[in-house]
Amino acid sequence: MNKKLTEKFYPGHATCAGCGIPAIVRHVLDEADCPVVVINATGCLEVTSTLYPYSAWKVPYIHNAFENAAATAAGVETAYRALKKKGKIKDKMKFVVFAGDGGTFDIGLQALSGMLERGHDVLYVAYDNEGYMNTGGQRSSATPVGADMETTPAGKKSSGNKLPRKDMMEIVKSHHIKYLAQANVAYIEDLRKKARKALETEGPSFLLVLQPCTNVWKFPTSDYVKIGKLATETNYWPLYEIEDGRYILNLKIEKPKKIEEYLKTQKRFGHLLSPKNKELVKNIQENINREWEGLIERENGGIVEQ
Amino acid sequence: MKNNKYKKALTGGAAAAEALRQINPDVAPVYPITPQTPIIETFAKFCADGKARTEIMTAESEHSAISAAVGSQAAGARTVTATSSQGLALMNEILYIASGMRLPIVMLISARALSAPINIHGDHSDVMGARDTGWIQLFSENSQEVYDNTIIGTKLAERSELPIMVIMDGFTTSHSVENLEMLPDGTVRKFVGRYKNKEALLNVKKPHTFGPVSLPDSYFELKIDQDEAMKEVLKNYEETAGEFKEVSGRDYELIEEYRAKDADHILVLIGSTAGTAKDVVDNIREKGEKVGLVKIKLFRPFPYKEVAVAVSKAKSIAVMDRSISFGSVPPLYSEIINSVKDCDLRVASYVYALGGRDIFTKDIERVFEDLISGNISDKTEYLNAKTQ
Ligand SMILES: Cc1ncc(C[n+]2csc(CCOP(=O)(O)OP(=O)(O)O)c2C)c(N)n1
Ligand code: SF4
Ligand SMILES: [Mg+2]
Repeated sequence: MNKKLTEKFYPGHATCAGCGIPAIVRHVLDEADCPVVVINATGCLEVTSTLYPYSAWKVPYIHNAFENAAATAAGVETAYRALKKKGKIKDKMKFVVFAGDGGTFDIGLQALSGMLERGHDVLYVAYDNEGYMNTGGQRSSATPVGADMETTPAGKKSSGNKLPRKDMMEIVKSHHIKYLAQANVAYIEDLRKKARKALETEGPSFLLVLQPCTNVWKFPTSDYVKIGKLATETNYWPLYEIEDGRYILNLKIEKPKKIEEYLKTQKRFGHLLSPKNKELVKNIQENINREWEGLIERENGGIVEQ
Repeated sequence: MKNNKYKKALTGGAAAAEALRQINPDVAPVYPITPQTPIIETFAKFCADGKARTEIMTAESEHSAISAAVGSQAAGARTVTATSSQGLALMNEILYIASGMRLPIVMLISARALSAPINIHGDHSDVMGARDTGWIQLFSENSQEVYDNTIIGTKLAERSELPIMVIMDGFTTSHSVENLEMLPDGTVRKFVGRYKNKEALLNVKKPHTFGPVSLPDSYFELKIDQDEAMKEVLKNYEETAGEFKEVSGRDYELIEEYRAKDADHILVLIGSTAGTAKDVVDNIREKGEKVGLVKIKLFRPFPYKEVAVAVSKAKSIAVMDRSISFGSVPPLYSEIINSVKDCDLRVASYVYALGGRDIFTKDIERVFEDLISGNISDKTEYLNAKTQ
């Protein structure tokens, strides 16, 4: 393994084989050109990397609770400013949050909003595996329509989760932060570029990174890159940035694949392939098309706000 | 009489803010709630006027205020916050994390009743609800003690590597103007010294993992260690209070005994009502009955031994609680029963002044009359409540 990549987050963590989280952590942190402090929400990353008395973290690290990573980061960053002003600290530092979708979209939304609104100089990275994985795969508000999750199981009278994903990017954007981007662990160079930009941003920045979960999405452990690629190739997970309010689409697929191509690779969507769910799959495809067109429109609209 | 420029007339809230100004912490994440708000407002104005160099962080909730305090203190910054009632209840989850991480955050509390029904007035329900969160709990009787406890408490917390609640009674103390004597700024700064923690997040050369996962093979011992650290606080308090006496001349012991040494009947309570109770003791003493008072200051850790020694010669004692433990006995009474289990005396239980209900001298007189006449109920009695 690339030695430099593992300098900050060591091998020896215990994420599932084939989990995309470590790659996200390593590549984001590798873009930092100064010391970083990591703030982590409760979730898969936290429980698999900090088993007392060991730790995979070779950078300063704090896990406080599930819903308050952003507030904790705000406190750390405020302490940094206070101590710098008083001359007690000289080094330049960056603060990076890693939190799951549950810790971001749901229980941590208020703390995130506070952190963004107050303008703390923190990069918040949400690794999005579309559910509460650490507790076994329950629905979160990042879970897509039709997913068979523990709290929204598919059954004779249900085709799984009924509710559409919360549009987190738009929520974060409404806080008028300078830089936010949607990325995908299957596109590492794109992710790294975004991490670099985010780390260079003064004030809050936000990355929403798709992280296919072999364990709950149910696909072979060798396939997270393949599945991640399909998510973007179907336009389900577009890669884009919002820089000073301006939308930039990073990858325009000439002939997007049909969503079935993506759905059929994961057991969480297995039931959607049966004829009785044809209409639902059609709706899912239509939504993807509509959202993609919305993004194109916003990109063409140029500067949306000042 | 010496003309003393350090003599002031301040509310408890303002006294706390003055102490904070002198301590000059690094960070204060804050969120408003009655009756705590005057503390953070007064302190924010000090900062705005350049009288303290503290970064005020206007959190979006108490949960985030205490979460940020955890981050900030772990970062290596001396951190303070303040709250009451619903705010403290909302913080509950993170209170355990702050103490489990051994972070000496200082939190001022104007104690207030809890919902439902909503009530903004004073009692001890909020702080008693947080008695097992692993925080040191130091109660104050008046503005002077609020001021002194804020200063003592900061040093005590850091010395013990545990967070502390410096508690005053909502409104009765937080909003009443009383005379007190402050110390010079330099004296306070020297007394608290510079905050140094063994591990700090911002010490990037020595990376430390805060808040790890611990399994059944280690969790138990970590909690025992935490309890041991809490027990050490009694000793640390005496040491810190001793140092404080040297600079202030004010003498604080683990508990305050008022005319209790030779008393047959002793009242035990916490907080501002001690002031009124002392007057009652004086009046009854004048009539020839030997009564006295024991005022509890540290509730966590609880000074069992000191209480036992203080009341061991009495015939009977009464405990006045300002909160209820639903379905059990009131919190202070429970601790006192534990303290005196080897003493031969009777213990009466009273609950008073919930949700800001008045407590009058006649109510306290009645408690002493009950003790003197041997009219000691098995049940907890309610003072000045309409049930009787
Ligand atoms: C206040 C609180 N509620 C619930 C939990 C239980 N819990 C721990 S992790 C988790 C799921 C985390 O989901 P997410 O943020 O998406 O991260 P992931 O597990 O997917 O990495 C839950 C529900 C908790 N630790 N704290
Ligand atoms: S459950 Fe999913 S997200 Fe969690 S470690 Fe395993 S693969 Fe990664
Ligand atoms: Mg998740």
